[in-house]
Amino acid sequence: MLRIHYADYEALRAHGEETYPNECCGVLLGKNIAGEDDGVTVNHVQQIVRAGNTRTDSAHNRYQIAPQELVKIQRQARGLGLDIVGFYHSHPDHPAQWSKTDFAEAHWLGCSYLITSVEQGKAVLTNSFLLSGSGEDDKNFEDQAIQIDIAANVAEAAAPNQKGQA
Amino acid sequence: MNIHIPTPLRAYTGGLETVSVAGTTVSSVFQQLTVQYPELKPHLFTPEGKLRSFVNVYLNDDDIRYLPNKEETPAADTDELTIIPSIAGGTSCRL
Repeated sequence: MLRIHYADYEALRAHGEETYPNECCGVLLGKNIAGEDDGVTVNHVQQIVRAGNTRTDSAHNRYQIAPQELVKIQRQARGLGLDIVGFYHSHPDHPAQWSKTDFAEAHWLGCSYLITSVEQGKAVLTNSFLLSGSGEDDKNFEDQAIQIDIAANVAEAAAPNQKGQA
Repeated sequence: MNIHIPTPLRAYTGGLETVSVAGTTVSSVFQQLTVQYPELKPHLFTPEGKLRSFVNVYLNDDDIRYLPNKEETPAADTDELTIIPSIAGGTSCRL
């Protein structure tokens, strides 16, 4: 399972809208918690970090985060006591499903890969895929449930008419 | 010197994010690293002993591929080595 705060979830979807028609990308910082939820490993996101897409030659259908930027982000995570638990990117006018390219270029086993489809500039679906396996030979993308944590004040603002109802 | 291990490879370092390894060059540090943590080796190197193409290695802020002496660059105890697999993808194989 992937756990993420509502504000972070909305922010990464907004990032995809901002960069449309190009792909956006970023890093999910948090903690990997083994077996927190009935034995299911949870990647608990506590912060998202926007990254630049270095594939300026084909930014509408490719993304790449510069290794130097990843080193800095990993350093930032270490300073916060967090780990890199996943990545996100957008698919402009394309389904929120991993592609052959996504799979071939995925090497962070145990991490979550979030993909948001952005249709005509509007974020539509966001799906998460866990890169499972023990190495390059048996790696696999598994569908991963997303739990979105909504703060009480945000939930009240989103549904004011339900306040006080049993 | 300290070596920072990315999340996926910590399964092979007993969960450690940072490990300390002795060595005078990047190459010798890597050799010692894979002696101390032998399960790391196939994830970092091909069967022919070459660093896997998707594995980036930074000596402080420098990609070792672009250093004049590459893997034979001298390394001091105060230097830091960071292993960072690449991250890329996209909607299709079209270029």
